[in-house]
Amino acid sequence: MAFLKNIAKAVLPIAVLSGLLLFLSAREILNPYWMQIFQLACIVAVSALGLNLIYGFTGLFSLGHAAFYGVGAYTAALLTKLYVGAYGDEAVFATGAVFLGSLLAGGFAAALLACLVGLPTLRLTSDYLGIATLGFGVIMKVIFDNADSFLPQLGGARGMTGIARLTGIPWAVAALVVAILVIRNLVHSTYGRALVAIREDEVAAAAMGIDTFRYKVIGFTAGCAFAGVAGGLYAHLYTFLHPSTFDFLKSFDVLMIVVLGGLGSMSGTLVASFAWVFLLEGLRVALPPEYIEFRWVLIPMLLIVTMLVRPRGLFGGWEVPFLRGKVYR
Amino acid sequence: MILEVQGLTRHFGGIKALDGVDFRLGQGELAGIIGPNGSGKTTLFNVITGIYRPDNGSVLMGEEDITGLPAHQVTRRGIARTFQNIRLFRDLSVMDNVRIAHHRHIRYGPADVLLRTCAFYREERRTQEQMEEFLSIFSLQDRGKELAKNLPYGDQRKVEIARALASHPKVLLLDEPAAGMNPSEVGTLMEFILRVRERFSLTVLLIEHQMRLVMGICERLIVMDFGQVIARGLPSEIRRDQTVIEAYLGTAIEGTLRNKSGKR
Repeated sequence: MAFLKNIAKAVLPIAVLSGLLLFLSAREILNPYWMQIFQLACIVAVSALGLNLIYGFTGLFSLGHAAFYGVGAYTAALLTKLYVGAYGDEAVFATGAVFLGSLLAGGFAAALLACLVGLPTLRLTSDYLGIATLGFGVIMKVIFDNADSFLPQLGGARGMTGIARLTGIPWAVAALVVAILVIRNLVHSTYGRALVAIREDEVAAAAMGIDTFRYKVIGFTAGCAFAGVAGGLYAHLYTFLHPSTFDFLKSFDVLMIVVLGGLGSMSGTLVASFAWVFLLEGLRVALPPEYIEFRWVLIPMLLIVTMLVRPRGLFGGWEVPFLRGKVYR
Repeated sequence: MILEVQGLTRHFGGIKALDGVDFRLGQGELAGIIGPNGSGKTTLFNVITGIYRPDNGSVLMGEEDITGLPAHQVTRRGIARTFQNIRLFRDLSVMDNVRIAHHRHIRYGPADVLLRTCAFYREERRTQEQMEEFLSIFSLQDRGKELAKNLPYGDQRKVEIARALASHPKVLLLDEPAAGMNPSEVGTLMEFILRVRERFSLTVLLIEHQMRLVMGICERLIVMDFGQVIARGLPSEIRRDQTVIEAYLGTAIEGTLRNKSGKR
């Protein structure tokens, strides 16, 4: 039973890594602040891996990633708000189940929306698709801003408050490991090869019998589903959602991570996500308080230097061996 | 009759790229299309393979009408092609190039992929072995891991043909397979095309400008000019055909010719 073994192989790193981190925080080697930043890094990485699937592997230039992230966040937050209290605060397993369900629902909502947006827009080529998804991002921001007019719980422009703090180290680590494994398995299969073929040459891919439109929709939808799940985790980490977090400008953050790490390199996306989050927070500590906004001078400069020195991203197309496509034994 | 084209017409703005093209290909035939530049040969391939939709006319594959089907559907009906300007997946390995064309023959589902079941490994291994065997037919077995863009030009042409064949077609369309090849490479290519046709029991239709190749291996020729078929027949007949000679060289105008030669 190859797949049971594979599931065990997935559970093991989650357990070991979460266990280690929880141990370190219990012994007060890592303080809660850095634990929270670590979780944020995991969440950003899940979202960025999703965009890497869309842009890095399938070659679809999407500028709407933050909007899908937001859809997942609001959906999951609304669901836990409605259902978590229902079984009493003591019911740990029931709460966990509701949270898991809400995260998946957040991912599903983002995927559904991605499918609806993708069906008309994925017939467009690269640059035009970028503009279309950008437009979608702007529309979603307006909807988030005015969400209280149709669902008061969502808070609209004042922000959504009172979300339970359910995201913890095990959740964040599990989401990241699952995202890595799912995307790795997908990319190194005939489906993943179809996606990469579309990126390389759409006309040739179609001439080789690949239904290019169908696979573009699949790649786009799957990538957005990861953004949705990541959004759900984010909502339950900071317990407060504001539409400005899902502004279309935030899509560029994810885009920069993916490009910085190297298009089509999962290792690169992972490293870049963690570097991005920890650098932003690290500089907050390192810089004197009055110079804190210099972060936004230093980081873009770093970005420019990286692109000059390594135009194909930190990792180019390189992968750590674990993420390479060894598909037969 | 394996492939039949009837009254195929396609306009681009005011230009009639195809203007009522008819022809038939019998099972196992090796036919060539020739004609001056811009006579509509590549457009014909693009319309047959579903990259363009025709304005009029029909394409029949066996008994089935495949007119206007999208490209991947045409490929699934058994028509594969190569491109005039090589369109390999340049940044992928040679192995990946052929494996991609094998896509619809792979039998596992999304669940097998996500969980990496035994079926997944079995099928991937089978594909790998099959494609390795496949590459060895083209003497490319040692090139599997190389990136397509790093191969010499002649090998890239070969990989493109190998990739087309990996989709298991019945009809193979080759668009200028000998473009940019030197005479000795053309010789190898001719043998190669004959061998491949034999081995995979293919029907081959090729566009080519190199007369040595066309006259050497094609059993039948179709000549196009201004989007129309102006002649068809055996290579020996085409060679003497007055309309074909005129299409390529133009007609002589009595006075001008004499004047020019007189000056010299």
